[in-house]
Amino acid sequence: MSLFSDPRWSEALAHLPDYLGNHVRVSVAALALGLAVSLPLAIAARNRRVLRGALLSLASVVQTVPGLALLALFYPLLLALAALTLSWFGFGFSAFGFLPAVLALALYSMLPVLRNTITGLDGVEPAILEAAKGVGMTPRQSLFTVELPLALPVMMAGIRTAAVWVIGTATLSTPIGQTSLGNYIFAGLQTQNWVFVLFGCLAAATLALAVDQLLALVENGLRQRNRLRAMLGGAGIAALVAVTLVPSMARSSSNTIVGAKTFTEQYVLSALIAQRLRAAGLSASSREGLGSNVIFEALKSNDIDVYVDYSGTLWVNQFHRGDSRPREKLLDELKVVLAKQDITLLGELGFENAYALVMPKKRAEALGIRTIADLAAHAPTMSLAADYEFFSRPEWASLQKAYGLSFHAQRQMQPDFMYAAVASGEVDVIAGYTSDGLIAKYDLVVLEDSGHAIPPYDAIVLLSPRRAGDQALQAAIKPLLGKIDIADMREANLRAAGGDGASSPDAVARWLWEKIGKR
Amino acid sequence: MQDAPLIAYAHVGKSFDGGRGAGRVVAVDDVSLQVAEGEFLAIVGGSGSGKTTLLRLTNRLIEADSGRITIEGADVRAVDPVQLRRRIGYVFQSGGLFPHLSVADNIGITPKLLGTLAIEISARVDELLDLVRLDRAQHRDRLPEALSGGQRQRVGVARALAAKPRIVLMDEPFGALDPLTRDALGDDYRALHNKLKLTTVMITHDMTEAILLADRVVVMRGGRLLAEGTPPELSASHDPYVGELLRTPRRQAERLGALLPRGGAA
Repeated sequence: MSLFSDPRWSEALAHLPDYLGNHVRVSVAALALGLAVSLPLAIAARNRRVLRGALLSLASVVQTVPGLALLALFYPLLLALAALTLSWFGFGFSAFGFLPAVLALALYSMLPVLRNTITGLDGVEPAILEAAKGVGMTPRQSLFTVELPLALPVMMAGIRTAAVWVIGTATLSTPIGQTSLGNYIFAGLQTQNWVFVLFGCLAAATLALAVDQLLALVENGLRQRNRLRAMLGGAGIAALVAVTLVPSMARSSSNTIVGAKTFTEQYVLSALIAQRLRAAGLSASSREGLGSNVIFEALKSNDIDVYVDYSGTLWVNQFHRGDSRPREKLLDELKVVLAKQDITLLGELGFENAYALVMPKKRAEALGIRTIADLAAHAPTMSLAADYEFFSRPEWASLQKAYGLSFHAQRQMQPDFMYAAVASGEVDVIAGYTSDGLIAKYDLVVLEDSGHAIPPYDAIVLLSPRRAGDQALQAAIKPLLGKIDIADMREANLRAAGGDGASSPDAVARWLWEKIGKR
Repeated sequence: MQDAPLIAYAHVGKSFDGGRGAGRVVAVDDVSLQVAEGEFLAIVGGSGSGKTTLLRLTNRLIEADSGRITIEGADVRAVDPVQLRRRIGYVFQSGGLFPHLSVADNIGITPKLLGTLAIEISARVDELLDLVRLDRAQHRDRLPEALSGGQRQRVGVARALAAKPRIVLMDEPFGALDPLTRDALGDDYRALHNKLKLTTVMITHDMTEAILLADRVVVMRGGRLLAEGTPPELSASHDPYVGELLRTPRRQAERLGALLPRGGAA
């Protein structure tokens, strides 16, 4: 009945050609690269005990690195490499999205291919090897006409495992800017849209299962020397790849790519910007779930065209400034330093989303806590929860320094869960965001930062160097500037966290436009 | 032997690493032996006698430590081993067929390696199937797994003969077969040997088979040559091991002679 009548299913379905096509493209490229590297290595290592041990243990070590970490590692690595090639040879390349995803996934695919190729070649009977030699084959002829064909079924089993791993792990390439079926999962987790999470999991699992079964057909065909069956499986794989790739190839290159970081508000704002662009007749697509550093570098290198950041975040993260400034002054200075990197600060949206220490209103009143300075006396017996980056950010250092804060325990949490955690008393204080609608919903209070330890966090729209002079783009976004106040944004964020049909970022963005467009 | 021998072994020796602390194991110890053109020589011995090693040294599947092996007067070490093996037919124990290749592809492998045209190989395969008495239509495209043991060994013989070698080496070719198939195959091969004017060196642990098929029999034990000669010459040997080897065929012959008075068995 109502399970599939939820409008989010059809919204999820609308993204499928794009997400699936990109997912298949990155998986196929990674697997092809993995095979191209692993097969010759396995053949070379077959009779060399040292190389073989080294290869297998290296591949095993790679396997123990969590997929997300491996993907995340390739981004700064390639960024540094791109900077090097640019200064040495005069050309750079994009360290964003496709390339790091392919490299990391290819590395991930190597273990099963290496292991099964070596095992398969080892499994060829000595009598057959002797016969190959005896009829007058060179070692090379023996390898290609006898050993590899006989090892093929075992090798295919390894390739099958690798394919399933790569397809599964490719869902984790979303945060480094590669669109994949993981977009559903990351977006769904951030916006508590369980329909998206479920859809993404189902789509990835179905794809993995289909590929696995088709490769199984190839493997069994080879094992039973049934050429028809092997060819049928191969044709199935080719058809699957073609069908999923074609729609994503057809996308126009004049596309404007809107970036979004990893939290609800960012999904809503990127949806809002994309809607405005489409309304102005421009084509737009989103690249969501990007980390703070990834998204800024991606903008700098034109991999995305526009996104919303926060003045204090840039001030602290990108320009490593420890000193705070009044709101307007900071914006002016930021504009200048961004311009040096050819990035356009188009303007503020009108609200601030700052880090703030938040606790239940009743408890704060009972303890007589109104400011952070008041909190400092109670802190040693309290616990503090924050998002994954807060404790390594300068704001935390600055807060500790300004107020002498020291908590009994510190915990890291998924941002959308920490409000419920503090409301239920699981933790005492959280480092929340001022624009979060959950503050009102859970009856929490923002503790006053009377010492100005935390810099201002105006939401600002940034444009890539490539789009600096794009009048159509700027005209489409300008109606949003200065229009969104903190109450609007809080309500929008609360709606987006609602978990029903009206809570998808697109639906909330439409609601927000309804509200502010009339002003 | 008036003519120069086709194959000559002179003081050939080979030892292997016996593995963990076992020291070196001598497999072939100072063997000198000559094989004349057109001769069918059988080398008889138990396991560990060195007969298989001696055979494998001939086409350099393994290399000798000492001594010299010559074919048509030329030292085998002077020839590229791959070319040498293509020139010499080799029949493996229980066939040694490539399981992923059809009967025709197995038979045609050496001509293919030599660069013979596909159409010529195809004609040659048909000719060889006739020669080893396998039905063309029925067996040509089958995989080895679909053949009986005897059929597999016939394919093995056809494969060894495909590149028209003058010399054929056989490694216990009929050992794993049932007695009837074994007899039929042995006789068929002997006829081929005569017809194609081959020179054959066959190793076997079965003295009866050696006596029935070979012109001359060599007995090996512990890596050394113990005795050699035609069956009647061997029968005159005073060596106790040779006597022991001959006891079984003799008793079989006597008992069969008594049981089947009019037959010419043995």
